Amino acid sequence: MSAATQPPVRAPRPAARWAVLADTAVITRRNLKRIIRTPRLLAVSSIQPVLFVLLFRYVFGGAIHAKGTSYIDYLLPGILVTATLFGATTSVAMAADLASGMIDRFRSLPMARTAVLAGRCVADVTRSIIVIALVLAVGTLTGFRFGNGVLPALAAIGIVLGFGFAFTWLYALVGMLVADPETAQLAAFIPVFLLVFASSVFVPISTMPGWLQAFAKHQPVTVTVNTVRALAEGGGITHQAWQSGCWIAAFIVVFGALSVARYRAT
Amino acid sequence: MSGLSHRPAGVAVEVRGLAKSFGATRALAGVDLDAEPGRVLALLGPNGAGKTTLVRIIATLLRPDGGSAHVGGLDVVADGAAVRPLIGLTGQFAAIDDLLTGRENLEMVGQLCQLRRAQARRRAAGLLAQVSLEDAADRLARTYSGGMRRRLDLAASLIAGPPLLVLDEPTTGLDPRTRADLWTMIANLAADGTTVLLTTQYLEEADRLAHRVVVLDRGNIAAEGTPAELKARLGGTVVELHARTPGSFSEALAAVQMAGAGSPAADPDRGRITLPASDGTRTLRAVLDQLDAARVTVDDIGLRQPSLDEVFLDLTGKGADAPGPALAGSRGSHAGRRSR
Repeated sequence: MSAATQPPVRAPRPAARWAVLADTAVITRRNLKRIIRTPRLLAVSSIQPVLFVLLFRYVFGGAIHAKGTSYIDYLLPGILVTATLFGATTSVAMAADLASGMIDRFRSLPMARTAVLAGRCVADVTRSIIVIALVLAVGTLTGFRFGNGVLPALAAIGIVLGFGFAFTWLYALVGMLVADPETAQLAAFIPVFLLVFASSVFVPISTMPGWLQAFAKHQPVTVTVNTVRALAEGGGITHQAWQSGCWIAAFIVVFGALSVARYRAT
Repeated sequence: MSGLSHRPAGVAVEVRGLAKSFGATRALAGVDLDAEPGRVLALLGPNGAGKTTLVRIIATLLRPDGGSAHVGGLDVVADGAAVRPLIGLTGQFAAIDDLLTGRENLEMVGQLCQLRRAQARRRAAGLLAQVSLEDAADRLARTYSGGMRRRLDLAASLIAGPPLLVLDEPTTGLDPRTRADLWTMIANLAADGTTVLLTTQYLEEADRLAHRVVVLDRGNIAAEGTPAELKARLGGTVVELHARTPGSFSEALAAVQMAGAGSPAADPDRGRITLPASDGTRTLRAVLDQLDAARVTVDDIGLRQPSLDEVFLDLTGKGADAPGPALAGSRGSHAGRRSR
């Protein structure tokens, strides 16, 4: 072959449009390998939601009364949702990739730029599936039952994962803004603590003071947990499901866009 | 054919008036430079000279405040997506995934360079052999030594056979043996037609690898030329002698001053005296005669070309600033080179 192409060189074709999917798959695979190869991190981060199930079920369960249902049936949907939030290592992983120079490498490659973020989020959702399975197992052992049939149960899990996916975009943004793995861990939990505890996850909102109820009733964690609860146990869901879907979509759009913008500008 | 040689000819890099500031700090103050296809251009300068900023702009990782940079005729800002396939970048710190094996790292980068899977696998296998990592290919990269990580990182930047290789301080912190191995690889790539743009704090590295050297100092180009041209700026050959005991040093210095060939430069810390050898071997003879007459014994004496080290100190008017690790490092390697 006449290898010596004369300059000016024609650039090889830049990433094709479908390359976003292919690149996301490559990055997802990389991130999943990292998760599998750090089993201790996976184990330790799975212990927390399990502890939550046990602690709230047996320590607070006697003191908290949920109308018309057992406390474990009330509690578990909330734990499922929070498990995807507390267990997520997205911000830490993103900050670590920045610190180690991996992000620079990725950004210098002829790949789809959104793939690094998308691959991160998809891998973390896959990871959430493991945690959710564990929480469901422990919940079942301590008395939780899906009381509304298989399809609604699957829909409930789908919403939990969708909500977790939406939050990973916020975490990715936090990770890039903080850019230090240890700070990222703490920074990401600040909004999450607020959303999780000022919600219907652990206690009914009617027990809160009025000013807090106004926030707690409409914030994303509450409407999502209520939707999951309704799907799991039956009851009117349309109103809350609609709100939950809006929150999920809004998180993906807003934090997805901000993350991508931040990634491009890093 | 080796896995590396099957590549398009190198591309040119053209930088005009490039400027970049970080807050009040001026990293680049309007830099012009040209890297010719298939040649090695070294950016030489101490820490903080602006080398990494320049490299990051060329590699599309950073936007300049002013000026332009073109790779293969393509603007790095406007045509970033078209420029990236042309560039293989090895940053200052090995950007490899510790939790992947060496092979997985290369295959991942290959696929992200839009190679097909089988193609990425073939290229990865070939490159692992070339950087002598075959035996460690299926071990996690976190078990690798510093030198192995650098070699893997270099292999990753070569996976798609880019016509421009950008290396940011490729051998900083490596042991002499690994450094020599990397130098050989880089020289071979250039011989195969790849354009190489490398930054370095090591004068020896620039001298050894580069066809052209650009000396960068505080965001400005202090000088540029071939290593030989830069050395020529300091004039011709010099007589250099070493007298390492303090007594013999002062006696030798007195004797050299008697030789009548101008004033010598004295470096008591290293026991070194240099003198412009305006008459070549005659100057050397005159110095030897004076040493004999004064019965001074020296450790070493000879004629040589001025080193890039001296050129560098001369150009950047060093001395006011703290030497910093850059110059300390270059001193070490350069002393080693001279003690033949």
